[in-house]
Amino acid sequence: MSVATPLLQVTDLTVGFRIDGQVRKPVQGISYSLDAGRTLGVVGESGCGKSLTALALLGLIPAPGQVTGSVRFAGAELIGQPEAAWRDLRGNRVAMVFQEPMTALNPVMPIGTQIAEVMVLHQSLAWPEARDAAIGLLEAVGISSPRQRAASYPHQLSGGMRQRAMIAMALACRPALLVADEPTTALDVTIQAQIIELMQELQSEIGMAIQFISHNLAVVSELADEIVVMYAGRIVERAPAATLFDRPAHPYTKGLIATLPDPDRRQARLPVIQGGVPRIDAFAVGCRFAERCPLADAHCRSVEPTLDPLEPEHWAACFKAGQ
Amino acid sequence: MTDAPAITRGDAPILEIDRISVHFPLAGGGWFSGPAPMLRAVENVSLAIRPGETLALVGESGSGKSTLGQVVAGLREPTLGTLKFHGVPMGKAEWRAARKAIQIVFQDPFSALDPRMPVSDLITEPLKIQRIGSAAERRERAASLVAQVGLPLDALNRYPHEFSGGQRQRIAIARALAPDPSLIVADEPLSALDVSIQSQVLNLMKGIQEDRGLSYLFISHDLAVVNHLADRVAVLYLGRLVELAERASLFAQPSHPYTAALLDAVPRIGRGRRRRGRSLSGEMPSPLNPPPGCVFHTRCPKVQAICKTTPPMLEAAPGRPTHLAACHFKE
Repeated sequence: MSVATPLLQVTDLTVGFRIDGQVRKPVQGISYSLDAGRTLGVVGESGCGKSLTALALLGLIPAPGQVTGSVRFAGAELIGQPEAAWRDLRGNRVAMVFQEPMTALNPVMPIGTQIAEVMVLHQSLAWPEARDAAIGLLEAVGISSPRQRAASYPHQLSGGMRQRAMIAMALACRPALLVADEPTTALDVTIQAQIIELMQELQSEIGMAIQFISHNLAVVSELADEIVVMYAGRIVERAPAATLFDRPAHPYTKGLIATLPDPDRRQARLPVIQGGVPRIDAFAVGCRFAERCPLADAHCRSVEPTLDPLEPEHWAACFKAGQ
Repeated sequence: MTDAPAITRGDAPILEIDRISVHFPLAGGGWFSGPAPMLRAVENVSLAIRPGETLALVGESGSGKSTLGQVVAGLREPTLGTLKFHGVPMGKAEWRAARKAIQIVFQDPFSALDPRMPVSDLITEPLKIQRIGSAAERRERAASLVAQVGLPLDALNRYPHEFSGGQRQRIAIARALAPDPSLIVADEPLSALDVSIQSQVLNLMKGIQEDRGLSYLFISHDLAVVNHLADRVAVLYLGRLVELAERASLFAQPSHPYTAALLDAVPRIGRGRRRRGRSLSGEMPSPLNPPPGCVFHTRCPKVQAICKTTPPMLEAAPGRPTHLAACHFKE
């Protein structure tokens, strides 16, 4: 951690929804920080709260949902700020790339116009200038014949090209923070590799920080400096990428690593993490991972572990960490 | 590409496809505009599947792997070529009898299961249609299948929406197993699932194969997964078979540069941040307008003049008689 204030400082972030008269918390007590120009990987299975955390950062949690805690971005508190301030921030200093570009792009507007619109709104460019800038951005994300492509509608592009267009739009205002939620999950592995390379190139050019969300640890390992592992709404482990793969401490992290099929090594049976993520109304009293954990004992089932430091920059929420 | 050399080792194949092509005429043809453009989804592919083996069909989106899978499952008639099941060329009448022996599992377990049917009906429906067993026997079969795929017995009375993606894929597998098939075509059965759940379903598929000795045609774009299940691997590019080999040989030393690129693109832990400039550039060209010569030459790192004019044949790689590749500069 640097001594200077981090670009993004999240403290005790909680997202709550009232369901059947009870407040359920799909994200609970999340704290982490991210420095400018660095990449944070957020991993966990579906239903662990990764995407909700990202939506909370952008002020996109829908009305009945309640967001508490603190999100400080470039020194300013975001939680509780008026909607107009959020609109100023989104797509401008903080941008987001979603998993399914087909649903995130406007189907009845040419992609060049969609990208230009961002700059017209946030940077007060005139339309002709914005249109030229949009063509330049399409070229920067590796789309060939960008002038013609700018006139295409989303359905006329392949999945990989749509994702490139999404990235071009996200980068239109040279954001300080890019939140990418499973940006490569719907793509072929070859196109995924291209998109990951593209994001890294643009990062070193613009100097933005990236929060990269994925259920696939191998994908995250290709670009993250630091990794946060989430399970059932909690951070269960946080460490620099090299440390996490070298010395994973939480049994969930170990399970996620072990279950990855390795193209270089065939195993007769792949290790599995038994069962699945509990539903939001069925979080256990003690450690939420206990029912799937091979090491769990009575203590784990009655007391919830806190996220404690194991070594500098390495935290885990497990009574058996390191065993 | 012409005939693949016949593969004669091992048992007689349960299924053979011989020079299969699938072409789709597109709209737009007419009196004045001339013939409709033709989309060549699968072009002259020959393969065999042996009893008890898993043949993986690998390639990017648009490579024609799902179309070929549909041909093998009898869901689509090929434009050219023949398909033999247990040595018998398949026509309409033959398919009617063979339908229960070849089953299919689809990618998306959310849309593949009728949301209004309880699991018991979903599993017994194929049996009912095939008129297999009495109602009581079918119920018994459903109960034993649900147990085999690792679901609780009370799953039978529940509806698809009550299950997670991984559990739904188990239901789809149980349904495919119901008529006791000898071949299951599995079309990207894992890609809609979390990685941690993929390994559960992979192990299940492997266990079922060991118990029943059935064959899989396993369609996937993910070579990491293929390495754990396949016995042999067929790589498709733009509808053409570009490499066909034993799994171990293919993973140890891919012969075709496209296969090498696919393998390199698989994300791996422990490699650190991705090395720049290693990934395959560009995207697959349109099957409406395939490049001349070798169809891969527009993206190939080894491209030479001959590649742009002469299509390579599918032939044995140097020193590896059963490892076939269609490349002028195969390894």
